[in-house]
Amino acid sequence: MNDLLVANSVSKNFGKFQALNQVSIAVPKGSIFGLLGPNGAGKTTLIRIINQITMPDQGAVFLDGQPLKPEHVRDIGYLPEERGLYKSMKVGEQCLYLAQLKGLSKTEAKARLKYWFDKLEIGDWWNKKIQELSKGQAQKIQFVVTVLHRPKLLIFDEPFSGFDPINANLIKDEILQLRDEGATVIFSTHRMESVEELCDHIALIHKSNKVLDGKLNDIKRQFKTNTFEVGLESPNKDKVFAEIQDKFEVLPATFRNLHDDIKLNIKLGENASPNDLLSFLTSKAEVHHFVEVIPSASDIFIQTVKNN
Amino acid sequence: MNHLPLIIKREYLTKVKNKSFIVMTFLSPLIMIALAAVVAYLSQLNNDKERTISILDETGYLKEVFQNSENTTYTDLTGLSLENAIALVKEKKDYGLLHIASVDVLGDATNKIKFYSEESPSLSVISGLEQKIEKRLKEEKLQKDGVTLAQIEASKTNIEIAQESYDGQKSSKADNVVKLIFGGAAGYLLFMFIIIYGNMIMRSVIEEKTSRIIEVIISSVKPIQLMMGKIIGTSLAGVTQFVIWSILGGVFMFVLGFIFNIDLLAMQTQQQEVAMQTLQDSGMEQRIGEFFIAFQNLPMTNLIIAFLFFFIGGYLLYSSLYAAIGAAVDNETDTQQFMLPILMPLMLAVYVGFFTVIEDPHGTVSTVFSFIPFTSPVVMLMRIPFGVPLWQQGLSLLLLIGTFVFAVWFAAKIYRVGILMYGKKPTYKELFKWLKY
Repeated sequence: MNDLLVANSVSKNFGKFQALNQVSIAVPKGSIFGLLGPNGAGKTTLIRIINQITMPDQGAVFLDGQPLKPEHVRDIGYLPEERGLYKSMKVGEQCLYLAQLKGLSKTEAKARLKYWFDKLEIGDWWNKKIQELSKGQAQKIQFVVTVLHRPKLLIFDEPFSGFDPINANLIKDEILQLRDEGATVIFSTHRMESVEELCDHIALIHKSNKVLDGKLNDIKRQFKTNTFEVGLESPNKDKVFAEIQDKFEVLPATFRNLHDDIKLNIKLGENASPNDLLSFLTSKAEVHHFVEVIPSASDIFIQTVKNN
Repeated sequence: MNHLPLIIKREYLTKVKNKSFIVMTFLSPLIMIALAAVVAYLSQLNNDKERTISILDETGYLKEVFQNSENTTYTDLTGLSLENAIALVKEKKDYGLLHIASVDVLGDATNKIKFYSEESPSLSVISGLEQKIEKRLKEEKLQKDGVTLAQIEASKTNIEIAQESYDGQKSSKADNVVKLIFGGAAGYLLFMFIIIYGNMIMRSVIEEKTSRIIEVIISSVKPIQLMMGKIIGTSLAGVTQFVIWSILGGVFMFVLGFIFNIDLLAMQTQQQEVAMQTLQDSGMEQRIGEFFIAFQNLPMTNLIIAFLFFFIGGYLLYSSLYAAIGAAVDNETDTQQFMLPILMPLMLAVYVGFFTVIEDPHGTVSTVFSFIPFTSPVVMLMRIPFGVPLWQQGLSLLLLIGTFVFAVWFAAKIYRVGILMYGKKPTYKELFKWLKY
């Protein structure tokens, strides 16, 4: 079994509204799995089903090969998008309470909390009430509470919202470290740059259906258009430009480089080799820039959503 | 995984450690006692007001019934004309003038007796005067027919019907009073408890929604566990508060009694004089004895057991509905439309209890309402001191438990869906849909 979590054609209706339609995903062990989709696509419903907050109408979810059962809440750490803490409760008491709800003993929870509080340098918050903390500070507590019971599966829904860039980086590093220590992460966000940075796998849900699924690199390969950014320098650039336009499909380009004599995006036919293009270009002018255009996660997202 | 004890503990401790809860617990008895003292003092002040009432009696024999008392002085103005008397009373700023016309009052007294005053006189003053005159006139009329005063005095009788059930248990009117006090207190206590702590549960559910912690919690525990933990924890806090109140109340009474010992004694002697008179009239000593017997006549074991069951059943039934309301809305102002259907049966129960049960504890209305689950806890608790057959209690309790289970199921459904719903206030139709999610 290489997949920690498998959802098998899960459907869920709320009255007449269909929130999920036959959605299947498989989250490989030790991966960071990006669950993407526009607002209202059904991501949260799927996450809630994985957390056994809502029950699916059809389909089944398996964790580590077993159908989901109540005991599995101990193996899952969930940071919901709509999150908060008891405002008038003290930080320490609150963390202990939430940890005990996840099945930790009080002493165990205390020891682990001490480790995390020292690590994030927040030890002196123990006796403060949540309402005395700033939003970012409360988010840190929330993060600690989510990961404290060392779950096999971590689910983060917009984990970086409310953090300044420094703390966002701190949390990002913690997530990567947890992954390296063996945890599997499901990561739901609208911030495509963090998808780019963190995710190995992604699944895209749109209008209750899964429309895209796989390794991020594979998907990028699928979406690449065999287009290359080209930057050239030549004394007679108009002639060179005309010759290139004769032979290839040319698109305007906007990349940055030092020499801006000729800047082009050249789209090759499906089976054309970039080597042929390169040797043609070197024979005509001096090549300063030659890069394959790789679609960004954001491009893929927008393109997929628009086409569906 | 049973997290119920953990949740109960947290709910209880949060409630009990809450500052306003602590302040309320220790301040409310003080406020209550202070209020009672102020009211007592004010009414005392009112009674102590001295007034002078002038009498202009043209019959000549009625004025002697007006004997000066502690607060009221009567002046006899007989001999003056009505106009002069009114002018004089006005000038003296007396409370008022009672004019009794000379014409044959014995025949038809209508319009023959009038009270003149600046402002409209107090009801108690007027009825006091009326009683005095009525008594005197009645005696006068009887004497005219040849009955002597001694005969009148001797004709006074006091009837007290002794009651005994077929199986020989003696009871009296005092029994009914004691039963009413017990039943009323039990029913009213439940009513107050539901209102106060039901609201507290509702607020605590709303708080979890507004602080957005709810989704974090229910990814660890089942919503129904959270709901039950909340209900039980809050109830325990409520019981704690009630116990502290009773203890504080007792202590305050004792301390106050000690401090104002002398005053109380003085008051007692006054009251005793009055009491002695009534005692002689109606045999108060015997009455006190009756109250003790009435106490012993109460079906105590039945009362206590039934109280426990109906109290817990009724409270849980209502508080689960309060929890459901809390889950359905986002803030307290939105609760109004859902509160009415809860408060209506509760108020109905209290009214039915206080009006029909007093009238006829085993009548159709009381009996029916003591079976309807939403009113049965209050009404049945009021009926039980009067002796309710065990099968009726059992059936009513069974219905209550059945409804309670259904209500919890219903509330849990609403709760489960509602706690994750933000934004607009749901309608009843939507709530009904949630049941099917």
